[in-house]
Amino acid sequence: MIRFLIKGLYYDKSRSRLPIIVVAIGVMLAVFLNAYITGFMGETVELNARFANGHVKVMTKAYAENESQLPNDLALTEVTALKKELSERFPELDWAARIQFGGLVDVPDENGETLSQGPTTGMGIDLLSSESMEIERLNIRESIVRGRMVQQPGEALLAEEFSRKLGVNPGDEFTLISTTMHGSMSLYNFKLAGTLSFGNEAMDRGSIIVDIEDARTALDMDDAAGILLGIFDTGFYDDERALEIAYTFNAGMDDEDEYAPVMKSLTQQSGMGQLVEVTEKWSVYIIAIFIVAMALVLWNAGLLGGLRRYGEFGVRLAMGEEKDHLYRTLIYESVFIGLTGSIIGTALGLFAASLLQGDGIDITGMMEGSAMLYPSAIRTRITPTDYYIGFIPGLLSTIVGTMLAGLGIYKRKTSQLFKELEA
Amino acid sequence: MDNNAIIQIRELTKSFPMGKSKFTALSNINLSLEKGEFTGLIGPSGSGKTTLLNIVGSLDTPTSGEAWVLNQSIGSLSAKEAARLRKEKLGFIFQSYNLLAVHTVFENVEFPLLLLKIDAAERKKMVMDALEWVGLTDKVKSKPPQLSGGECQRVAIARAMVKRPSLVLADEPTANLDAANSHHILQTMVKLNEELKTTFLFATHDDKVIGYLRRKIYLLDGKVANDEWVKDYHTVK
Ligand SMILES: Nc1ncnc2c1ncn2[C@@H]1O[C@H](COP(=O)(O)OP(=O)(O)OP(=O)(O)O)[C@@H](O)[C@H]1O
Ligand SMILES: [Mg+2]
Repeated sequence: MIRFLIKGLYYDKSRSRLPIIVVAIGVMLAVFLNAYITGFMGETVELNARFANGHVKVMTKAYAENESQLPNDLALTEVTALKKELSERFPELDWAARIQFGGLVDVPDENGETLSQGPTTGMGIDLLSSESMEIERLNIRESIVRGRMVQQPGEALLAEEFSRKLGVNPGDEFTLISTTMHGSMSLYNFKLAGTLSFGNEAMDRGSIIVDIEDARTALDMDDAAGILLGIFDTGFYDDERALEIAYTFNAGMDDEDEYAPVMKSLTQQSGMGQLVEVTEKWSVYIIAIFIVAMALVLWNAGLLGGLRRYGEFGVRLAMGEEKDHLYRTLIYESVFIGLTGSIIGTALGLFAASLLQGDGIDITGMMEGSAMLYPSAIRTRITPTDYYIGFIPGLLSTIVGTMLAGLGIYKRKTSQLFKELEA
Repeated sequence: MDNNAIIQIRELTKSFPMGKSKFTALSNINLSLEKGEFTGLIGPSGSGKTTLLNIVGSLDTPTSGEAWVLNQSIGSLSAKEAARLRKEKLGFIFQSYNLLAVHTVFENVEFPLLLLKIDAAERKKMVMDALEWVGLTDKVKSKPPQLSGGECQRVAIARAMVKRPSLVLADEPTANLDAANSHHILQTMVKLNEELKTTFLFATHDDKVIGYLRRKIYLLDGKVANDEWVKDYHTVK
């Protein structure tokens, strides 16, 4: 009987071709979208991890509560020792101290009078020690527009747009006006080494990047740091492990002490938890949407196809086939169509996704004005899920579509079907 | 009940709902057919031939009265039991052939055997036998659209006969055929009736068919108007 059904599908292309094409297209899109979302979301997560959140992040409890205000008076102290301890306890992470600060950049003219001024948010990161991975992590070398990397203390990098606005060029001097850790005013002179463009608005608006030791001197933060980031050596965020590490670390800390360090995983920080959660749930949404959309199309296709086959159904019933059996054979047919379409669709989807793995398509222009850190390219990431995920909407939609379409036949009385066949 | 009777109909009435009232298509039919008959229901359009044939074929049920077919009461069969009766004992031949257009001649004739779950080797033999009866062994791989009307109806006859049913019901089997083809398929059916002792019940108003019948049951307005046996019947060559 199965062979008879498959022959029917093979001979009667209108019975199989359209549904297979619908399924294949749907499955292809589902697989591609899943690979794309995995890639896009994953990259967004990593980008935010590298620029701001780390895979885990250590701050004092008080700093964590007011983080958006960059409260350096609440910064971590004795960072060298803390960092050493963290490296020993959690060697799978690379630890990097950073100081985030706000302030004013003041550019003088040849007489020392203010030529221009602009508000800035800055980052002090380890640019000069040999074991630092921060330059690679933030992709600084590749982001330089004019000038060069910081090579010695007292040098700084400014966002390209910001430097143009201020009229300051590589080689020029300027003053950073800020507040020390202890609340007094700080003035510190930098020489502009080069300008930067990271390709995302959030970073390019008004930022200054200096070596962390300069920041410490300028802000009077001896062996202190606002934040200490931990990044997995694998380069990929592992939520389960990050939560575990944060839990272990926090367990040994004094709850009462406002200045005691706390560790937060990426998902425990602002907005990122939802992002990771969405990434994980996204496949479910995609699949649900595709199941519904494809089932609707296939339902209609099945209704039309069913109309054409009333003659066949009537005659099969007359020959003594039971209605249940007839209905079941329709479902067998749909399983076959669903499988065939899913195999083709998965192959096509994986192929399309593989084309956009690696370099991807540059979409820098489309991301202008965005406040979040988004990747600047459409890039896919194929995971094992992509090999089977398409089969879920592929099979479910054909089966559901066929079941709905077949209900009409199922409900009609045999004699009625038979009349329609004779007509 | 007469043990030799293959069909026994008592006080059978069939009415269809027509809006608020109802339309009586068959009223108070009493009939009995024995094994091996070659009998036709004859009557003008609308006289109830198809309605009666469908009830006998368990495709429909009586409104009142009883129809016994092969010792089973049609009115009291479940859908499953009716399907089983059709599958095992009955063969149908239709005016418009109703072949499965996308399948080959072989597969069309094979289908009833698939339902009976007969194994492949046995199936093949039975299909080839049936195609030999109707003289179509050279068209095994053809599909219905490539065949003439006469050939299609012969495939339909092979399909009805392949499982050697006790009773074949044929509703206007010649209506779409020319004279030569009509005679050809009728001779085939007469031959099968004689060789396999299969009972045939026709519904027709075609004189060519009527000429082959051994018993003629005339229907008029849903009633049996006349029921006669042909006296000096000769087997047609
Ligand atoms: N499902 C139905 N609902 C209402 N009336 C019906 C139904 N089926 C048949 N009839 C009516 O019953 C009567 C008998 O119909 P039937 O099809 O048995 O006639 P027939 O003798 O086969 O005619 P023909 O030679 O045209 O095929 C007709 O008047 C027909 O309109
Ligand atoms: Mg009729």
